[in-house]
Amino acid sequence: MAEWSLFEVFVRSKHGLNHKHVGSVHAADAEMAMENARDLYTRRNEGVSIWVVPSNSITASASDEKEVLFDPSDDKVYRHASFYQLPDEVGHM
Amino acid sequence: MYAQLVETGAKHVQSKDEMSPEEREFQEKIDAETKIEPKNWMPEGYRKTLIRQISQHAHSEVVGMLPEGNWLTRAPTLKRKLQLAAKIQDEAGHGLYLYSAMETLGADRDEEIEKLHQGKAKYSSIFNYPTLNWADMGAVGWLVDGAAIINQVVLQRTSYGPYSRAMVRICKEESFHQRQGYQILLDMMREGTDEQKAMVQDAINRLWWPTLMMFGPTDDESPNSQQSMAWKIKRKSNDELRQMFIDQTVPQLELLGCTAPDPELKWNEETGHYDFGEIDWQEFYEVLKGNGPCNRERIKTRKDAIDGGAWVREAAAAYAQKQRAQAA
Ligand SMILES: [Fe+2]
Ligand SMILES: [Fe+2]
Repeated sequence: MAEWSLFEVFVRSKHGLNHKHVGSVHAADAEMAMENARDLYTRRNEGVSIWVVPSNSITASASDEKEVLFDPSDDKVYRHASFYQLPDEVGHM
Repeated sequence: MYAQLVETGAKHVQSKDEMSPEEREFQEKIDAETKIEPKNWMPEGYRKTLIRQISQHAHSEVVGMLPEGNWLTRAPTLKRKLQLAAKIQDEAGHGLYLYSAMETLGADRDEEIEKLHQGKAKYSSIFNYPTLNWADMGAVGWLVDGAAIINQVVLQRTSYGPYSRAMVRICKEESFHQRQGYQILLDMMREGTDEQKAMVQDAINRLWWPTLMMFGPTDDESPNSQQSMAWKIKRKSNDELRQMFIDQTVPQLELLGCTAPDPELKWNEETGHYDFGEIDWQEFYEVLKGNGPCNRERIKTRKDAIDGGAWVREAAAAYAQKQRAQAA
């Protein structure tokens, strides 16, 4: 398989939903990756649309960068609706 | 099971005090049922053990297609042929999900497959038995996939994220395998000739004990089993799983109107489980060593498939290169 490259597979399970990562396939090119992905991940109507992306095109955050990356949102409670206490008379908002 | 004897390399299971801070943090995550993901820190032993376990599991799925492939061209009807083909295709898929999960640990698929071909990597002992008549397709689906389900359902909760997710996918597909197998047998028992009924009993007689062996020998007190349990890459003991399988299977066996080749098999009111006879572990170890009825044939078939397909892979690579050159 060394001469083939790795593709990540994303499947949209239903119209109106996001594509979701389901796994990966090896293939010589994108067209073959698409066919392999269909055979491997949609044998039982699991999808209405497939994306295949060369794995080496994906930039992922590293787990040790977690703090640098996500901490800034930690202390911003005012971004959540529940932060704003309103009197009961307002009703549902 | 599909990975029957997995070496962890552990001499003894470390207590929390003996662990480095990294190891302790890792173990605490596992204790809290937090999944370990590919980019997380993990002890080398955990990584290596998982590679061994997942590759054995993947090899089992792939080699497991061969006993069934034997009957694909001889299925009694087109309907049965299509069903069997669909089941075998699923097993190919299971192998691929698992090889992918294994690759997230930094293992190389070609290298691991090479180890299988050199006889250095194991796969489940069950696939080294021949499939001699059509009823074997029923018995394999019902018993072998049934045993696999018991094991795989538990592994959905394994600590390694990609392995656990592969198991969830696989479990969704397995119940069709077992049901199609059982239905083959039920049809033969209810509508078949005496000869066909005898084929069913014969298939069960041959596959019963090898199926019970799939769960592996009784776990000893070795650091090996304890380490796998502590890492939660094994979640229930071999004996517990085997008992679950027997308890679930005997009523189905009775419904078929067949018997197991075990005179000691009987319900135990006190324990609420079935008692059963002694398993011939000598046979199990011989099969694992490569001396089962079909070991050599299975590996040869796998090798021939890879070698025979080389020109297809080369052609595909050459075609892709040509397409890229034309596009540039
Ligand atoms: Fe499977
Ligand atoms: Fe299966």
